[in-house]
Amino acid sequence: MSGLSIRNVSMRFELPGGGHVQALKDVSLDLKTGELLSVLGPSGCGKTTLLNIVAGFLAPTEGRIELNGHPVTGPDAERGMVFQKGALFEWMSVRENVSFGPRMKGQRPADYRATVDHLLDVVGLQDFKEKAIYELSGGMQQRVALARCLANDPDVILMDEPLGALDALTREKMQSLVLKLWKETGKTIILITHSVEEALLLGERLLVMAPRPGRIHREYALPFADLGVGQDLREVKKHPEFATRREEILGMIWDMEEEIMGRAEGAA
Amino acid sequence: MTGLLILVFYVALFLGSLFILSAIRRARGRTRDFTSLKTVTFGDESAVRPDRAASVISVLVIFLIWGAFTGSKLVPIHVPGPFLGDSQFTYTLEAPDGRRDDATVYTRVFRVGTEVTPREVAPGDGFAKDDTVEVGAWRSKLILMDRNDEVTRKDGARVVAIDGQPISVGGQVRAGNGIVRLTDKGALDYAPAKGLQMEPIWMPAPEAVFGQLIKIAGEGYQNFTLWQHLGWSLLRVLAGFVAGSVVGIPLGYAMGLSGWFRGWFDPIVEFMRPVPPLALIPLVIIWFGIWETGKIVLLFLAALWIMTIAARAGVSGVNITKIHAAYSLGASRWQIMRHVIIPNSLPEIFTGARVAMGVCWGTVVAAELVAAQKGAGMMIIAASKFQLTDIVIMGIILIGIIGYGIDILMRIAERVLVPWKGKS
Ligand SMILES: Nc1ncnc2c1ncn2[C@@H]1O[C@H](COP(=O)(O)OP(=O)(O)OP(=O)(O)O)[C@@H](O)[C@H]1O
Ligand SMILES: [Mg+2]
Repeated sequence: MSGLSIRNVSMRFELPGGGHVQALKDVSLDLKTGELLSVLGPSGCGKTTLLNIVAGFLAPTEGRIELNGHPVTGPDAERGMVFQKGALFEWMSVRENVSFGPRMKGQRPADYRATVDHLLDVVGLQDFKEKAIYELSGGMQQRVALARCLANDPDVILMDEPLGALDALTREKMQSLVLKLWKETGKTIILITHSVEEALLLGERLLVMAPRPGRIHREYALPFADLGVGQDLREVKKHPEFATRREEILGMIWDMEEEIMGRAEGAA
Repeated sequence: MTGLLILVFYVALFLGSLFILSAIRRARGRTRDFTSLKTVTFGDESAVRPDRAASVISVLVIFLIWGAFTGSKLVPIHVPGPFLGDSQFTYTLEAPDGRRDDATVYTRVFRVGTEVTPREVAPGDGFAKDDTVEVGAWRSKLILMDRNDEVTRKDGARVVAIDGQPISVGGQVRAGNGIVRLTDKGALDYAPAKGLQMEPIWMPAPEAVFGQLIKIAGEGYQNFTLWQHLGWSLLRVLAGFVAGSVVGIPLGYAMGLSGWFRGWFDPIVEFMRPVPPLALIPLVIIWFGIWETGKIVLLFLAALWIMTIAARAGVSGVNITKIHAAYSLGASRWQIMRHVIIPNSLPEIFTGARVAMGVCWGTVVAAELVAAQKGAGMMIIAASKFQLTDIVIMGIILIGIIGYGIDILMRIAERVLVPWKGKS
């Protein structure tokens, strides 16, 4: 079976002082190869936890993950991750960062040079390849992180708010870049975001999660990602359906937040 | 007294140069750099940059005061020095029968260490005869003035006045460019005026220290050349530091990576860390002897804990997202160690190395003070036994310069080898 399958995953954190947090409860999801899923939800609903389980950094207390038919038991090069920030290696140049995966596999420079150069071209960093990481802006650093992940040619790319720390303009450019790379490479992508617009623009499918316990609240199939490829994203945002969807989902998340607040007040 | 005066001079020069320099700068017009445009400067740490002119003046002031209080030829102004040359005073001797007679004491004050010829004087008339005396500057001398007198203290004679000023036993008067005191036994104690300058044995002039440096650089000191003394100290530091790093860094890594190692060594490291290396000297001497082995073991122990803690902190400080990223890029444990953990720990290790080198340099000098045949510390302790203050000061200055030099080299190495430090 090809694709990623998340089967009845629950995650329960035991707290040191007794008690526990049910971060995820019975989450099930199937992703076909090449699908782009965006995940939205109020803070603390278990998005990062879910992604860490898929990446293999955490073992779920119940349930299991399968990728292309085999179980996921730990981190592996088949599942690449793009972090919000702080994951680049400052002691390496841009090129060394991007070629990290191939080098760890024991490839020789002749084997990976073309791929790395091509990816640096795609993310527009050809002129910066010998620069140190700390000499780059935040947006450039995220492009390096993206290129590094792609250079390793993973089957699944996991992104935890990869554009969260960027300014609006850079963010929009990066969104186009993600769409373009997704179409070109046909990777399976899970993208966590806090921005409803971003989730709508980039997700072929959109998952809205609810907190306490973390679970899937609703799922949408969206047309905008296909529209956005090769087109100005602002044009997509003018689409009447885009506005309706945005209002609907924003309202839903607001309701959830209010419910959380209400519960907190009730408890107090 | 002199100390207080030096402090007053120092504060005056500090405030004076601040005042003069700001006046000059104000007259020249203000510079328009970014900092000068800040309206909030008090409390803004970034607006405080060391005033390099102040640094230069500070060093000059130290030499100026040093020279002024030691009579240096390099410095144009001096505080009054000791009285030097010939002087005299008279004493009035009273015989038991009440007769009085005056006699003169001719004094000659010379610099200790220079040739002095006694003064030639005729004994004079009366029953009290004239005397001569030679005294070193800053010293005093007991004058048995009645040695040559016709009526002596044994006969019941006594001194009743100096230069016509009456004096009694235990009293003193100013006379002969100094102070004359009548001792309990009735003799005269003559101390020529000391002035405010310091005696070379206390504090030699800068040129004396520099002269010693030239001399020792040429001839060596205590069977070894200056370079051998300094080289041996450096070699010991290097040996101890390298040994401490070779053991400490892997130990620190192990403590950062394994709970068993951390649990096992935590009590030892945390216990040894606050024990100053100097406190270990006696034990190290008992165990390893006073010669090279003992010193290197001591320096090894001085560097060991610092390097262990630095390496442990370097490993603990690695951002977990970097480790996660490396794993999902397919790196093995060994590759993560080699490409992520070790480079990530280098800035911490460099900080530790700088501290360790400083501590080792201080410790080696102290260990050489205790026992050594060669070394910077040995030079100053040997010189102090012969009261060769100029060599002691030369040694202290060299120790300071070398310690500073080591730190500068480490900082340069750090900038070259870990350019990403503090930039992530
Ligand atoms: N190591 C842990 N130990 C205990 N509780 C944890 C741990 N990690 C996460 N949690 C809890 O699990 C819940 C989900 O956390 P998670 O980080 O997955 O949320 P999130 O949806 O990513 O939130 P955000 O949008 O703020 O990033 C939270 O209530 C959090 O407090
Ligand atoms: Mg999160």
